[in-house]
Amino acid sequence: MATKKEPRPYANPYLAGTLLGVVLFLSFYATGGGLGASAALSHIQTGVLDWFAPAHVDRTAYFAEMAGGSRNTWDYSGVYMLVGALLGGLASGLLNRRVKLELRKGPNVSNRTRVVFALLGGAVMGYGARLARGCTSGQALSGGAVLSVGSWAFALSIFASAYAVAWFVRRLWN
Amino acid sequence: MAPYDLSNLSGTIANALVFGTVGFGFGFALELGGFGDTRKLAAQFYLKDMTVLKVMFTAIVVAAVLLAGATGLGLLDMSRVWVNPTYLWPGIVGGLIMGVGFVLGGFCPGTTLVATATLKIDGMIFLLGTLIGVWLFGETVGSYEAFFISSNMGRFTLPEWMGLPVGVTVLLVVVMALLLFWGGELAEQVFGRGRAWAEVSLRPSRPLMLLGSGLLLASVVVMARGQPTPAQKFDLLGAEVRRPLEERGVFVHPAEVVALKNDINVQVTILDLRDEHDFNLFHLGGARRVDPAALLQAGQLKDLLALPGSAVTFLVGTGEAQAVATWKELKGQGVGNLYVIEGGIDNWLELYPAPSCVAERVASNDAGPAGWRFAYATGDNLPSAWPELQSSRSFRSPCQVAVSTAEGHEGGHGGVAWPAYQYTRKVKLKTKAAVKGGCG
Repeated sequence: MATKKEPRPYANPYLAGTLLGVVLFLSFYATGGGLGASAALSHIQTGVLDWFAPAHVDRTAYFAEMAGGSRNTWDYSGVYMLVGALLGGLASGLLNRRVKLELRKGPNVSNRTRVVFALLGGAVMGYGARLARGCTSGQALSGGAVLSVGSWAFALSIFASAYAVAWFVRRLWN
Repeated sequence: MAPYDLSNLSGTIANALVFGTVGFGFGFALELGGFGDTRKLAAQFYLKDMTVLKVMFTAIVVAAVLLAGATGLGLLDMSRVWVNPTYLWPGIVGGLIMGVGFVLGGFCPGTTLVATATLKIDGMIFLLGTLIGVWLFGETVGSYEAFFISSNMGRFTLPEWMGLPVGVTVLLVVVMALLLFWGGELAEQVFGRGRAWAEVSLRPSRPLMLLGSGLLLASVVVMARGQPTPAQKFDLLGAEVRRPLEERGVFVHPAEVVALKNDINVQVTILDLRDEHDFNLFHLGGARRVDPAALLQAGQLKDLLALPGSAVTFLVGTGEAQAVATWKELKGQGVGNLYVIEGGIDNWLELYPAPSCVAERVASNDAGPAGWRFAYATGDNLPSAWPELQSSRSFRSPCQVAVSTAEGHEGGHGGVAWPAYQYTRKVKLKTKAAVKGGCG
């Protein structure tokens, strides 16, 4: 019985990619739009900010567009997609016995370092994603599939920059 | 024809279910591919495990082939699919910033969701960081708004950029991706499994061979089939687009055009499809002469597609035949708020006649040559071209000598105003269905 608890190996990347591609196509087919996550995060963040500082939201153009005045930032298609993505990830995790409370990190860093860099990396990522009008999913994946020039330029610059920086932070992961 | 118009679902449970289901598939596929594990994501940047590259680009090319195939078969109307607008420099700078965040934090906004769902603490922390990042962006973007909206090229795709048909572009992208995967597999052998370069097997893995042959075959078929022409595309469109034509809902009475030209809330564009000779003889005030074929080329079409919801475009020909043909083609490309002036220029001149010394009625024939013969080219210098104006003081009166005083002015203005024609309002301004990607 002990072996049953072992997480199953990840699917072949080409298989997972094909599945993701079919989902992406169906998203375009049914809704006219692709997949995404960062815009929904922006909506959620604005929604939370709106609880505490509604006047500030109304005065800041970027937030006001989502939650200014009587606008409801929560009723946004991306937010439903985000909830769905959480459930889908959970479902696959449960099926493959990968749901487990744990901290994943490189072998040579402390938990504290990992947490600090996860927070820092997340903030940098979130900032860049809004500047680029989309994250890896919304810009690179969705825009790449519909052959948008800007999305391809964006995808190349993410990879270029990550590879350029990787060597300097190799201690984090190796 | 897909995609479906979900705008009327907005705010309902059905809307939440549709997007929730799409999201479910998204999260499921990401987790299945291993995107919930930060070590797998980070290994990408040390060339040890190229899963990110493989999953992402497989998804992109599979979706691209399916999209081009569905459009080629007339199942999908690409003009109604959201294509991320190109803001070149903000995109590149944002991408460079994100690359740093990716390698520092080991996730991206989408993958952090599945990491969180499978209870990875680092994923939750990263998610919190992302929320802080998007908040900081909202707070600071106001100070460099000019850069944020710079280099906007709108909807700009690789086929347009390279000047190639969609099918050829898709095939090229597929070939490029396959080469990338193959290179990735070679790199994995060296950096992941510590093999020496000399011992690296050049043979692609079996799954890659399978994927590669499937994708190549599919994209060659898609390329051979090609994309529908504008006229074919119109025939493929649903009844809701064709019905207005059959019920004459697209034919607007000249008096309504005149009324709209007077309405400061509406931006009126009149496109005259006749040849230069007829255009010079007489055209409507503010009309622009366009070659119907040139309208469908990228530059002009883009301008039409970019018009705001408060703009209305009228097509006018001698009669209606040419305008209807162009209307269908433009409608097939997704141009909104597009109408035809009822009866064309011939009918216009019946309602707002030119002075008899300048133009005379010769024939009444819809498809044939112009029904009015002009003595000389008047351009838009006749009151008939500007019925919306209240006064004709700025117009030359060509007939003052020839026309006897008893007859008075033939046109409007001056002495007699144009008759107030009764008409049914046809123009309904519609904003385009707000199709937006999740990250838009």
